[in-house]
Amino acid sequence: MSSSNDVPSEAGDTVVRLEGVGKSFRSRAGTTTALDGVDLEVARGRIFGVIGHSGAGKSTLIRLLNGLERPTEGRVLLDGVDLAALDTRGLRAAQKRTGMIFQQFQLLETITVLDNVAMPLRLDGVGRAEARSRAAEALDFVGLSEKSGNHPAELSGGQKQRVGIARAIVRNPPVLLCDEATSALDPSTTAQIIALLRRINREYRTTIVLVTHEMDVIKDLCDEVAVMAAGRVVEHGDVLDVFVRPQSEVAASFVSTIIPVDIPAAVRAQLGTGEVWRLSLVDDEVTQPLISTLIARIGVEVNILHADMTQIQEHTVGQLVIQVDGPPDRLAAARAYLAEHVVDVREVGRA
Amino acid sequence: MSDFTLITGDQFLRELGVTFYMVGVALFLGSILGLLIGTALVVTRPGGILPNRVVSVVLTTVVNVIRSLPFIILLVAIVPFTRFVVGTSIGPAAAIVPLTVMIAPYIGRLVENSLLEVPSGIVEAARSMGATPWQIFVRFLLPEARGSLILALTTATIGLIDASAMAGVVGGGGIGDLAISYGYQRFDGFAMLVTVLSLIVIVQVIQAVGTGLARRVRRR
Repeated sequence: MSSSNDVPSEAGDTVVRLEGVGKSFRSRAGTTTALDGVDLEVARGRIFGVIGHSGAGKSTLIRLLNGLERPTEGRVLLDGVDLAALDTRGLRAAQKRTGMIFQQFQLLETITVLDNVAMPLRLDGVGRAEARSRAAEALDFVGLSEKSGNHPAELSGGQKQRVGIARAIVRNPPVLLCDEATSALDPSTTAQIIALLRRINREYRTTIVLVTHEMDVIKDLCDEVAVMAAGRVVEHGDVLDVFVRPQSEVAASFVSTIIPVDIPAAVRAQLGTGEVWRLSLVDDEVTQPLISTLIARIGVEVNILHADMTQIQEHTVGQLVIQVDGPPDRLAAARAYLAEHVVDVREVGRA
Repeated sequence: MSDFTLITGDQFLRELGVTFYMVGVALFLGSILGLLIGTALVVTRPGGILPNRVVSVVLTTVVNVIRSLPFIILLVAIVPFTRFVVGTSIGPAAAIVPLTVMIAPYIGRLVENSLLEVPSGIVEAARSMGATPWQIFVRFLLPEARGSLILALTTATIGLIDASAMAGVVGGGGIGDLAISYGYQRFDGFAMLVTVLSLIVIVQVIQAVGTGLARRVRRR
């Protein structure tokens, strides 16, 4: 695995770029800053997740990306074109290069599923017959051909979202934007939608930018993640890196929703001497005889407090919390041994 | 003429025809104007698809002024305007002018409400697809508001039938006038009964048709 937090970006193949983007809203109550100095770069073909609690600015971010809002500062570039510099006509043309899916689907209730999917093409002036036949292909791709004559009210939430996705990809846009696309869905439906989004990414090389407050979606779908808090990007990197070594408190708290690391207070109170370490292990590292080596070769006492394993896309990520005791030189040797054999070791506070 | 009523069957049918004529024409003209007013109110309001403060304020004021006048007063107050438009201030044609002036802002408000009922997320989705304001209106707002618009027009039609009874003041005629000039002023109980019953039936039918159409269009 890559051990750096650098964002991989092939020069010249950046699809989405935000440069010093700020957005504030003026109201009677005063000025609210939704985004503040945001710099981001999304390389073509990546699945890029933006996570944050509500109010962190992630919705504003995605609305800037398809021109629903204009930045008050900085530049929002889509394929090198600054959205903020476009007139309304140019902006509409740019909006057609992104597809967007919504938490609440936003389908028209009075027309059929097929006509919902055909809508973007009809807006482009494509004739009804051709628009419908291309819409039928998109519906087939999302596996809903048999529902094309139905009205949205007759579909389940997951099916509605698949219609929304078909509508978003019917123009073959290079970028797909997802605004909390799975937040209204149950876990098994969410998994289906995630699989579908990944298939779109793989088959069409569509760049996907999604915002969510669910770390599960980041874990299962994204290559890269930006963590937002109070209108700023507080952390940014490959998903695996952020999971294994979160740098910010916000990121760590999101990671802990997937990988629990807290030791119960009752256990903490009974801990004797020694130090408590949290080890993060990735892939092959999880199969090493770490504990027996520490005990037999290094000569420290080890007590396992917590252990688990999580699958993060194609990677296995293990978390191990151990209590280690022994003379100071042995502890140092143990730490040195672990630093060489696992991706991350950090001492956990006992207070 | 029979011995228990002053009106004849022919006379009743003729006045029924006059009512349909006045209501029909006023509804047609009022719907066109009302649709325009309602659309303009929605589109130009702050945060609308084409915000325009001046248009919005002027329209709102005009609509409110007309709507604050009781119809019977509007009817006589705009007589010079009526004479200017249709060349006379009496008869069914003269009644159609104030009926239209009254119903257009009313339909405008109803249309405004119908359009505002469409979830804002739909408009947002339309904008995100790069739809023009015209496309947003024609392809998103109108179809989604269709059912509600039909109900609005149903309400307006019934309101027009109601108001048309006052057309007698300007010699407009119609069955409402029949009820007043014969049933009330000449104590013809039968004439009153017949007109009241026919009004009830007409309104029931119109409401049933409107509700049925709206349900079919909504597909929910």
